[in-house]
Parts: sequence; structure tokens; C-alpha cells
Amino acid sequence: MSRFSRLLALLAMAVLAGCGKPEFSDAEKKTIASLALSALPPLKTDTTNRFADVPAAAALGSTLFFEVGMSGDGKVSCSTCHKIDRQFQDDLPQAVGVGRTNRRTMPLAGVAHDPWFFWDGRRDSLWAQALTPLENPLEQAGNRAAYAHYIKARFGERYERIFGPLPDLSTVPANASPLGSDAEKAAWNAMSAAQAEAVNRVFANIGKAIAAFERSIAPPQTRFDRFAAALATGIQPQGDDAFSPEEILGLKLFIGKASCVTCHTGPRFTDSSFHNTGVPPVANLPPDRGRIDAVRQVEADPFNCFGAFRDGDASACGELRFMVKAGPELVRAYKTPSLRGAATRPPYMHAGQFSSLDEVVAHYSKAPTSVEGVSEVHPLQLSDRERGAVVAFLKTLAE
Amino acid sequence: MASLWRYVLAGLGLAALLAGILAAVYLTAPQAPRLASSEIARSKKTAHGLFVASFEPERGAIRQGELQSWLLTLKTGAGTPVEGAAITISGGMPQHRHGLPTSPQATDYLGNGCYRIDGVKFTMSGLWQLHFAISAAAGSDTVVFNVLL
Ligand code: HEC
Ligand code: HEC
Repeated sequence: MSRFSRLLALLAMAVLAGCGKPEFSDAEKKTIASLALSALPPLKTDTTNRFADVPAAAALGSTLFFEVGMSGDGKVSCSTCHKIDRQFQDDLPQAVGVGRTNRRTMPLAGVAHDPWFFWDGRRDSLWAQALTPLENPLEQAGNRAAYAHYIKARFGERYERIFGPLPDLSTVPANASPLGSDAEKAAWNAMSAAQAEAVNRVFANIGKAIAAFERSIAPPQTRFDRFAAALATGIQPQGDDAFSPEEILGLKLFIGKASCVTCHTGPRFTDSSFHNTGVPPVANLPPDRGRIDAVRQVEADPFNCFGAFRDGDASACGELRFMVKAGPELVRAYKTPSLRGAATRPPYMHAGQFSSLDEVVAHYSKAPTSVEGVSEVHPLQLSDRERGAVVAFLKTLAE
Repeated sequence: MASLWRYVLAGLGLAALLAGILAAVYLTAPQAPRLASSEIARSKKTAHGLFVASFEPERGAIRQGELQSWLLTLKTGAGTPVEGAAITISGGMPQHRHGLPTSPQATDYLGNGCYRIDGVKFTMSGLWQLHFAISAAAGSDTVVFNVLL
């Protein structure tokens, strides 16, 4: 009898324990699975850059990425700001190259999956993007004629093995660019159309090599991904992969009440689109209106998908062709950043406005109105405990 | 002995109570937006009844985050294909107060009242709305399609 009653008591306890709410509903499990790195589709081929998947091009691109000779003052390379051991960013609120820029350096993991580049999306391909810092006076501050000469002198053989013969540059001025100083512009305008085209071709190929390299920069597996993988197979996550109650609450808020997942969606935690989230401007920086001002710039870029330097046909240009060109929602709209690795690379936002994740989550909780345009986020009124939980969850994306 | 039984019974009672509360919570918990099937219909009359419009992806499934083409087919009430229609498209996510991430356009007339709407992209799951303004020989009318991802 006593054994029987003990059994019953045990049964009652088991019922009690088992009755607790299951940790995640089926809908939540589905969302969690959609955020796991394993859900990331393979990179699509970039038909606008026929060298995108050529190993020799990626190798040359990697050399150029770290090459300080690729700058006006011989001191700045892409990797000055996109540091390989710092998730390809620099931990600064605003990047510093030859001069001080107005925006924060963007990390590069998984960037090749995106249709638009820069915080405001003012370039429409990875190779067209790479050309911009090379000539920006605040970043690498060089000019395309000088880069063409430099490639010929330093990497001529490697270049020609990939892209074919370099043009005759003997009559091309040492410094010339349609975007440079007055002297460089004058030199550019004095060049023949054929010379300009030849220099632009070399310049575009520099971008295509660098883009081929950047395609290999992939986001790494995180604790969240191991947790999600275990959850998907129905196994209880073990040891370090298991989430604490606080992390579970944070994850539930992220995909539920706090609706972070509406923009930070999919395995890269970004919808690759542009939103006004009411992030305040930085005092003393020039006015920054985000996406609205980028539309004209990408349309005017001679290296855009409609331009003469695209490989393949124009069917690859859907994003540019069907781009939203006007509308109040573009004002102070910025590209949704990936949240993978974010916890270990403050500061945050397009000009480093917030110095910690606590500040970021407090911003979303309050949801202040935007100085211009309309913020899409609404006040969440999260408790201290809930804010802490969201931060705890974000940390699992960087472990 | 008897007192132990009382504990067991109390335990079981408590478990039943908990199960009841949880069931109640589950049944009344807010659900993801769920629409009547008529509201996500792929075929419907336009606002003033001028046309019957149907809207569906050109290649079967909807893929989130990718540019896709859809087909808008326009017929009159009597079933005659509507030709030469001028179509403009707008829309967005009503619950998030943002517009479409792309600006889709009618790019081709495929015959039999069927127009290709290219450049459609849905960047997130949830309820999307596409508004069509249609103007043809019979007059102008509008129609809204809901797409739930
Ligand atoms: C002076 C620092 C600096 C240098 C040098 C620099 N970048 Fe950047 N990079 C930035 C900043 C800042 C941004 C964001 C700028 C903006 O939105 O206006 C950025 C944005 C990018 C992006 C867009 C990422 C995204 O998610 O949209 C890519 C790709 C990139 N840089 C690659 C490069 C390459 C390739 C080079 C070298 C050719 C380079 N950068 C040189 C600071 C730098
Ligand atoms: C309406 C879309 C949207 C929603 C909803 C949203 N975000 Fe963001 N998030 C963005 C955009 C856009 C930025 C960049 C804004 C900027 O730089 O001005 C951003 C930036 C961030 C950053 C900074 C990342 C970096 O590298 O700078 C973090 C962290 C972040 N969001 C977390 C969250 C969390 C947590 C939530 C939910 C409480 C959330 N977001 C909800 C769109 C959104």
C-alpha cells in the first residue's frame, strides 16, 4: 500500500511538472527555425559580376582590400575601417580614414546577400559599392586614374590573368577623376572618351575583384543557432547550448510582443530594407536624411546595374528598376542591420548614436518620434526585466 | 497513511486546476492576424463592381524577400477580358505603417485580360495589402488584395 501511494504521489508530481506551459508554441518554433543560420540560402550568383566566383579574382580582391597603397595618402585601406579581427568594423561611432566620415563603419558578414549597400543603400551592387570609398576624400581619397596606374605597376600580371590585357595608360594623366579635385576633374575632362572608358573599366574590375573577396565573408554559427538546431529536432539543448529563463524570455519578446522580428527577420536578422526607427541625429554632423537622398545617387551612379560596366543582361536589375523612389517613409530610413555579432561590437546605429545594447533597447521601449519623417516603431513600455531579457537574448547571437 | 492520501488528492486537484487555467489562457491568447478566407481571396470584384480581378504569383509559391512577378487578370462582369488597362500599384503593411519595399509595375500584357505585375517583394511575414488602380475603356475602379505571409 505504501509503495502504491508513493507511486501515486510521484505521478501527481509528474503531472504537475509536465503541466507547465511548453516553452515555445508551434508558431514560435517556426519563427525560431527561420532565424537559424541553417536557414540561410546559398549565395545567389551575381550575374552583373562574372568574376564574382572566380577564385583568382577573390584572391586579388583580398590583396586590394588590405592594400594601403590603394589610397590617396598611401595609409588607408578598406581594412583600416573594416578590421578583419573586429567583424570587419572599427568600434568607432563614425569611421576615420583620410578624414573623419559621418557614418559608422558597417560590419561585412553576409553582406553579399543584400540588394543595397551603405546605410542608405546608395549603391546597388557589391562591386559598385567598393569603388565609392576609394574615391571618397574622407575615406581612401584616391582617384581612378591613379588606381589604374597603381594596378598596372603593382599587380599588372595578376590583373591580366583574370581580366585580360590592361589598356595602354601611357597617355593617361597620373591623377584624374570626374569626382576629384578641380585639377583632377579638369584632367579627366581633357581625356578622350576611349581613355575614360578604359580607366573606368579597370576601376570597375577593381570593384569586381574586391566584391569576389567580400562574398566569402560569412556570419559564424552562434549559441543561438545551436539552441535553434536542438529545438528544431526536439532534443533538449544541452550544456552551454541551453538558454537561461532570461534568454528564453528575451527571445520570446524579440519574436513576439516587442516585434523586433518584423524588421530583424530571417537568418541574418535583417529584411535588407529601409526603415525610419526614430534614431536621433548626431549634433554637429551635416544633415542626414537617409534613403530619400540615396535614390538619386544610385540612379546617377555610372557603375549601377543599368550602366555600361555590368556583366550579363539587364534582367538582373530588378531591384533598381522597381526601386521605391519617393514617399515620406524614405525620410531618415536606414538599412536594417544584421544583429549577428552585434553584442560584441558597440557602438550602434548609422552614426554610432548608442553606446550599448541597453541604450538601444531603451530606445525601442520609448520609441521617440523622429526629427524628420515618421518612425515606424511604437512605444513598447518594456519593464526593466524585459529590457534586460532582450539584451540577454541579443548576446546569444554573438557567442 | 490517510493524511498521505489527502496530499495526493490535493496534488491531483491542484494539477487539474492548473490544467484548466492553462487551457483558458491558451484559448484566449491573442492570435496572429487571421483573416476570413474571403479577405485573402485571390479573385474578387473591384470596389465599384466594374471588373472581376484575380491576382496570383506567376510561378506558384510566394518566396519571402525575393523579387517576384505576379499576374493580375481583369474580366468584366460578363467574363470578357479587359484589354488596354492602365494599372498603378501601391500598398504596404497596414499593421506596421510602412509601404511596399519595391514599386511594382504592370510590365506586360499577356492577352486574355492578363497583366504581368513585376517587382513584387514581401520582406517580412504578416499581412500585406496591394492596391490596384485600374483604368480601362469601361471606366476606372480600384481593388485591394490582401496577401498573408
Ligand atoms: C574610412 C573608413 C572606411 C574605409 C576606408 C572603407 N569603408 Fe566601407 N564603410 C565605411 C562606412 C562608414 C560605411 C557606411 C557608410 C555610409 O553608409 O555612408 C561603410 C560601408 C561599407 C559597405 C556596405 C555594407 C552594407 O551592409 O551595406 C561595404 C560592403 C564596404 N563598406 C566595403 C568597403 C570596401 C570594399 C572598402 C575598400 C575599397 C571600404 N569599405 C573602405 C567605412 C569605411
Ligand atoms: C521598423 C523596423 C525595426 C524594428 C521593429 C526593430 N528594428 Fe532594430 N533596427 C532597425 C533599423 C532600420 C536599424 C538601424 C537604424 C539606424 O541606424 O538609424 C536598427 C538597428 C538596431 C540595432 C543596432 C545594430 C547596429 O549594428 O547598429 C539593434 C541592436 C537593434 N536594431 C535591435 C532591435 C531590437 C531588440 C528590436 C525590438 C525591440 C528592434 N531592433 C526592432 C529596424 C528595426
